Amino acid sequence: MSTLSALLKREGLMQALVLVGLALVWEASSRAGWVHPFLLPPLSDVLVRLFTDMQSGAVFVDLGLTLYRALTGFVIAAVLAVPLGILMARKRGVQWFFDPLISIGFPMPKIAFVPIFILWFDIYDTSKVIMITFSCFFPIVTATYSGTSHIDKWPLWSARSLGASESQLLREIILPLAAPSIMTGLQIALPVGMITTIVTEMLMGGSGIGGAMIAAGRFADSVGVFAGIMEIAILGMVVIRALDRLRARLLVWHPENRAH
Amino acid sequence: MAGGDLHPASATAGHGSFVEVVAVCVRYLPLLIMLAAWEMAGRSGLVSQQMLPGVGAIATAFFDLLQSGELVTNAWRSLSRAATGLGLAVISGIAVGLLMATRPLFRTLINPLVRILYPMPKSALIPLVMIWFGLGDASKIFLIFLGCLLPVIVSAYHGARGVNPFVIWSATSLGASQEEVLREIILPAALPDILAGCRTALAFSFILMVSSEFVIAKDGLGFLIGSLGDGGNYPAMFAVILTVAGTGFVADRLFGSFVNHCLRWKEQA
Repeated sequence: MSTLSALLKREGLMQALVLVGLALVWEASSRAGWVHPFLLPPLSDVLVRLFTDMQSGAVFVDLGLTLYRALTGFVIAAVLAVPLGILMARKRGVQWFFDPLISIGFPMPKIAFVPIFILWFDIYDTSKVIMITFSCFFPIVTATYSGTSHIDKWPLWSARSLGASESQLLREIILPLAAPSIMTGLQIALPVGMITTIVTEMLMGGSGIGGAMIAAGRFADSVGVFAGIMEIAILGMVVIRALDRLRARLLVWHPENRAH
Repeated sequence: MAGGDLHPASATAGHGSFVEVVAVCVRYLPLLIMLAAWEMAGRSGLVSQQMLPGVGAIATAFFDLLQSGELVTNAWRSLSRAATGLGLAVISGIAVGLLMATRPLFRTLINPLVRILYPMPKSALIPLVMIWFGLGDASKIFLIFLGCLLPVIVSAYHGARGVNPFVIWSATSLGASQEEVLREIILPAALPDILAGCRTALAFSFILMVSSEFVIAKDGLGFLIGSLGDGGNYPAMFAVILTVAGTGFVADRLFGSFVNHCLRWKEQA
């Protein structure tokens, strides 16, 4: 075990060194003029830009707006989709009505509907959030439905024969047993929501990282574009990590967490 | 997916076909109800025809676009970009994923990049490809390539890492070369994961195709949608949007049956 962790540590160190090496190559290649500095501005310039934007607070405004839109859409989608997924697995009528709609909606590229939402709700936050909700909805409802309908019938029958009410059944049996796949659905939906947020911001403007980046692109400000990419990369990583943590925290009792 | 396994038809082909027809009708009735509600909403004046064109108006606009050739040309431009980017991503993604799983040095070199790029919303790269490649095909193909590459790499890597080492050891001890082990053992064992990754990549290719064409393009389906919307021709805009959605749906279904065909040797879970 200790050799394994030593090995992992060494590999982690190696990987960090690889990153440092890449950063140096990046810096050197644009400083030495191997690549045109407009196509690949020096890393130091990008970091300086990030730092000044942080001092002026512009980064936090953009990050905050993007995060706010993405999370609002995502949370609304979860609030609608999880109950619907459970109902679909429990009630035949609900399943009959929604199953064909959802199996058609799930694989569709939802982003194509952006112009319709712009037409209906204009270009402000409402249409952005609705678009994000729309694209997060399908992965969550599909995962919840499949998780709930694959629950073993024995615990359900035993609980019912012991006199559990429907709400107790839901709280004590269905939700815990379906939780891993609901979480998986959320983990699929969140990156989709982030992609959608960025695209809607690029199309509709109204600040946010996507809007700031497309503006930088139009003004041929490549340092700004790279700074935006770094901000989004960090935001994406933080958000996905946070959801991983949440999964480990919520499913701490689940066998999937026993290995660590 | 939710629907497929509930389909009663496939099991009893040629037997009780009337029952099957009724079952299919009952299954797809909700879609008809939604279409009827859509049409009613416009007819009754509840929603303005401008905001939600009727089903008939959209169908007419669709056939007009089809006849003028506008739809076919732009669809061809878009889909050829998506297919090129996706194809390149699948080939190189499988190669990189398998190499990462079998060569530790390669993994050390590539893994940091994968870990940085994988969680990044790929649409953020649209301004970058615009700066690098301009407004032509290359920018969109590169964006689609990069977006589809990472899910394939990660799934190929996980699939190949999950192969039971005993099987590899036995094959090696029976005299299989490294290449044979890769072809006969690792690749088939990783196939389910790889195909699942490719399906994700397929979905990404459509998302990135449309969104890049919305933002930077001179042609393609996304551009057509945008220009029809700007011109106020909403029935035609709806028609193209529904075409894109339908194409994405059909592509996913076709790939799904291809996956089932490839994995028919595997026992059903």
